[in-house]
Amino acid sequence: MHQSSVRAALTTAVAALALAGCSLSGGDPSGPTTSAADGSDGTTGGTVVLATHESFALPKKLIRRFEEESGYTLEVRAAGDAGTLATKLSLTADNPIADAAFGIDNTFASRPLGEGAFAPVTPSVTPPEEYALAEGGDRLVPIDSASVCVNVDTAWFDAEGLEPPQMLDDLTDPAYADLLVTPGASTSSPGMAFFLATVAEHGDDWPAYWTDLLANGAKVVDGWEDAYYGDFTAGSETGTRPIVVSYDSSPAFTVKDGRTTTAALLDTCFRQVEYAGVLAGADNPEGAQALIDWMLSDEVQSALPESMYVFPVMPGATVPDDWAEFAPQPTDPYEVSPEEIAANREQWLTEWTDVVSR
Amino acid sequence: MSLDTTALVPRAVTRPPNRRVVGLLLLAAGPVLVLGLLFVLPVTGMVAEGFVVDGRFAPGAVLEVLARPRVHRVAWFTVWTSGVATALAVVLGLPAAYALHRLALPGRAAVRAALLVPFVLPTVVVGVAFRQLLGEGGPLGSLGLDGTPFAIVCGLVFFNVAVVVRTVGVAWEALDPRPGQAAAALGASPSQVLRTVTLPALRPAIVGAASIVFLFCATAFGIVLTLGGVRHATVETEIYLLTTTVFDLQAAAALSVLQIVVVVGLLALAARLRAVPDPTAHRTATPARPVRRGDTPVVVATLLVLAAMLVPILTLVVGSLRVDGGWGLANYRALSGTGDDQALLVPVTSALATSLRTAVDATWMALLVGVVVAAIVTRRSHSVAERRVRSTLDGFFMLPLGVSAVTLGFGFLITLDQPPVDLRDSPFLVPMAQALVALPLVVRTLTPVLGGIDDRQRQAAASLGASPWRTLLTVDLPVAWKPTLAAGGFAFAASLGEFGATSFLARDDSPTLPVVIFRLIGHPGAMNFGMALAASVVLAATTAVVMLAVERLRVPGVGAF
Amino acid sequence: MLNLTDVTVSYGETTAVDDVSLDLATGQVLAVLGPSGCGKSTLLRAVAGLEPVASGSIAWDGTDLAGTPTHKRGFALMFQDGQLFAHLTVARNVAYALRLRRTPSARTAARVGELLELVGLAGYDDRLPGTLSGGERQRVALARALAVEPRLILLDEPLSALDTNLRERLAGDLRTILRAAGTTALLVTHDHEEAFALADRLAVMRDGRVVQSGAIDEVWREPVDEATALFLGYARVVRGDAASRVLAAAGMPPAYAVALRRSALVLDEAGTLAARVESARVTPEQVRLVVEVDGIGVLDAVAPLGSRVSPGDEATLRVDVTRLAALPLTPIRSAP
Repeated sequence: MHQSSVRAALTTAVAALALAGCSLSGGDPSGPTTSAADGSDGTTGGTVVLATHESFALPKKLIRRFEEESGYTLEVRAAGDAGTLATKLSLTADNPIADAAFGIDNTFASRPLGEGAFAPVTPSVTPPEEYALAEGGDRLVPIDSASVCVNVDTAWFDAEGLEPPQMLDDLTDPAYADLLVTPGASTSSPGMAFFLATVAEHGDDWPAYWTDLLANGAKVVDGWEDAYYGDFTAGSETGTRPIVVSYDSSPAFTVKDGRTTTAALLDTCFRQVEYAGVLAGADNPEGAQALIDWMLSDEVQSALPESMYVFPVMPGATVPDDWAEFAPQPTDPYEVSPEEIAANREQWLTEWTDVVSR
Repeated sequence: MSLDTTALVPRAVTRPPNRRVVGLLLLAAGPVLVLGLLFVLPVTGMVAEGFVVDGRFAPGAVLEVLARPRVHRVAWFTVWTSGVATALAVVLGLPAAYALHRLALPGRAAVRAALLVPFVLPTVVVGVAFRQLLGEGGPLGSLGLDGTPFAIVCGLVFFNVAVVVRTVGVAWEALDPRPGQAAAALGASPSQVLRTVTLPALRPAIVGAASIVFLFCATAFGIVLTLGGVRHATVETEIYLLTTTVFDLQAAAALSVLQIVVVVGLLALAARLRAVPDPTAHRTATPARPVRRGDTPVVVATLLVLAAMLVPILTLVVGSLRVDGGWGLANYRALSGTGDDQALLVPVTSALATSLRTAVDATWMALLVGVVVAAIVTRRSHSVAERRVRSTLDGFFMLPLGVSAVTLGFGFLITLDQPPVDLRDSPFLVPMAQALVALPLVVRTLTPVLGGIDDRQRQAAASLGASPWRTLLTVDLPVAWKPTLAAGGFAFAASLGEFGATSFLARDDSPTLPVVIFRLIGHPGAMNFGMALAASVVLAATTAVVMLAVERLRVPGVGAF
Repeated sequence: MLNLTDVTVSYGETTAVDDVSLDLATGQVLAVLGPSGCGKSTLLRAVAGLEPVASGSIAWDGTDLAGTPTHKRGFALMFQDGQLFAHLTVARNVAYALRLRRTPSARTAARVGELLELVGLAGYDDRLPGTLSGGERQRVALARALAVEPRLILLDEPLSALDTNLRERLAGDLRTILRAAGTTALLVTHDHEEAFALADRLAVMRDGRVVQSGAIDEVWREPVDEATALFLGYARVVRGDAASRVLAAAGMPPAYAVALRRSALVLDEAGTLAARVESARVTPEQVRLVVEVDGIGVLDAVAPLGSRVSPGDEATLRVDVTRLAALPLTPIRSAP
């Protein structure tokens, strides 16, 4: 009796919840859709649509301020990963899905650029030259950077009394046998970045390095979350591997009692820079330009670390204390040009897959 | 003019066959148009990207791709893992279907509802849960299964066994026990009764369930990547890789075409196997009988299956309660916030609301089309041509299950981008995509019920002056409305858990719960991981509650979900 | 020989079969007759082993069958609606039990042909059950049940689903077939015609109990009470003084009540009962009358064809002693 009345109550609750908020379009978004209607303050107004990947996030407060100050309504369409975004923009180059795009990184930049997806843009502030693309720098504006580095569980190494590795070549040292886990280059963006670091280090001899790496017991898994939460000793209670491919910012998330228990090996990093651009044929290019300017503003740049786990590119931005203290950025990361990546990606991935599935 | 003797045949009753076929096609036009617009057009558009190079039709490159040894390897791997997983799901699902639908086991309604939970869990979370079990440091790590095809098969079975239990269980519940008793009275032992009477009678349900499971397995994505690691590629993961990472659209098109050809072949085979000599099998509502000593093997087998299903779920629950090496509810309390350092734009609670809203929309869409389709394919055919049209339609609406979500998703973007059908910005895009996935489930659930209605009842109604529409209302609806609600429940669950299309299409200001979970688990921070698990548990619990509600609406013996 | 001793079958709280004892000698056909819901089908299913027996015993040739599962009892059950296997052809249905016993296929084929011949369905081998008429399905079911020469065949209302014509014809066939095969059969039915057509012995069941059993003519001539009489096809029951008056007219000793068939009173100038004709209806064999008998009440009567009677006529009636049964004193429920 009692049980069935509980069940009935739950049923009703679910039904009410579903029906009340529901149906015919998925409800009204809580965003301030009305702000654009009033164009009397002289700003252009209208909606600006941003296409981005699923990791995009910025505080609602900042977005509201952008809308109030610029008079635009920002509509964010965030879906899929970076590769999906690049493919979407490339396929829709002649009929863009948005006004601006954010989230194309240096490993994927050449594809949409080659398809003519982006229009030239000159931001009101100029980001540091070190992040600019050699080709397409007139169309893609750097917004943030995140370096993929080998991370180590320093607590584990301390407990074992073992000196952690330093360089990529250390990873093939038998002393570190069966300790590394990395996401796959074919299935994961940080996995690809790590692979590119090895390519930058070893050039055409990378297959030999990877053969050694695997012979030394390196484990290749699907995604970053599998590696970090499934196998990394500092990320999972059942993890067995104290070396993982992750980000330069990751040590800021393992802080305990004022110390971090992990470290990024700064000589193993490949830097991913994320770019934004105005889409060719956009309905609202002015709005797109305003959006990019806003993303380079200090307040957005300073919000990037906590919203998207990336470092800002503008020198005036501030980073959180934990980041400043525990997550130093590499000074001289590995580099592979977007053109070289685009030209070789398929070949590399095919070979790489052969090596790891051997 | 000579006397036309055919005029003596009462025309009103038997319309000429070709006119019936035309009428059938007119009736089918609506759903076909919907599927054509939302499925055929996008998929064709995306595949065409591969076939058309620089504005010229150039199939050579695509055909060349099909000759690659890697493509053969990938195709074979997909077929055999899906085949093995389907067979295992059927073998493990049958005893459970019997025990949970035929025996008066205590708490079986709750168990049946709980069985659907895996179906909606985000694969990425389940993948991590599995890996915590099977991984090097996990309790089952010594088995060395991590990253093997076996792990993939286990994962696929975990997600799909419920489909078998549900579909076959309901058919079993409706099965008249008397032919089996007649066989026993003729000297057939219980195993002979099973083999010669029960299984043949269940064949349509088993084949239907198996074909759905196979399609789900063959297009599985996250689970293959997570459990198989990078070594094992299936057609689906390969299409994703080729499209988004490598941007080799020719190769992707080749694999999509291969996938469609295989799926169509499979559906044709399934339709053949499903066809039984006498489709209007007797349906009865047989009350569940008390458990006897002879049922021990079945009950034990069911408990084992349940235990195996429970372990990964328990891993999730346990993980969601871990806080800083201790135990607590902090992960659940955090769900109303936005995660460590604002990993999320919206609290998990509002994502759940979005999920529920989207699911409602997806459900009514799937039902609207599904009911019409089921009604069309189950009417008795009067000619070979008519039967062929009906069975083709039947298979046609199963297609969305078997074709890559990646191909479909990108196809949406490049084909539905011009007025009058510019759907790219429509808030309905996500529910529509989910409805496409749920549609085959609705159709497969309703066809056995509508097919079981004796056509003579409709004829009786018609002879009393009821129009076809009125006949539908007075004959079909009373029998079918509860199963329709039940089918809606399953569509609802499928929509709640759908991730592939949703993650591709979801709008950022209103992400669904699986999308949010994916985001949480994609960022470092113990709290985010714990919240992802807690949110998964919430999603699972919501599903279980919805399913229990549906269970209460279920009529015994009708409506598989 | 089948022996049922104090058999009780329960569904939860309700007792469907209550303390039933019956014997059936080899080669005989026993009909259990009773209204629907009286427990007769449950009794049949219990004999088949499909329902657990709460108490009492079912034994064959002295061996208790309690531990023997259905498929090892060597019986064959024929359901009310045949229960043919819809996915098998007629021939495969009939051959079902033979194939279970791995009978060589040549012998199976021969036996199937023989059986289909026996039930009048030669040449139906490849038809599917769905294409057969009700009567044809019952015949196939019968052939299937007879195929392995079961030591006992259990028939659940084998003819009741059929129309009158077919029922009469099939009843005759069935009887001949059962006799020819020397089969022992237990039949349950609610239709006394069906019971009379097929059985040697009769047991009348009501509310889970056997109220009367014996040779079929015995039971028919001496129904144990009013309800039984009415169920056996007697048209009316007359009680008290009226009963004694009817019995006196027949030259019989008085009794508490008497059950009368429709033809128990015959229009006869030499008759001793005076009556007034209320209605008269001509049938192919006789004229059926409803009469008001002085001091007794409204009864049925018959007159030979050609009799000129019309409503309102005064008439005298004779009592045909073979068409009535005196009933012993029992608590009586009012007649329907």
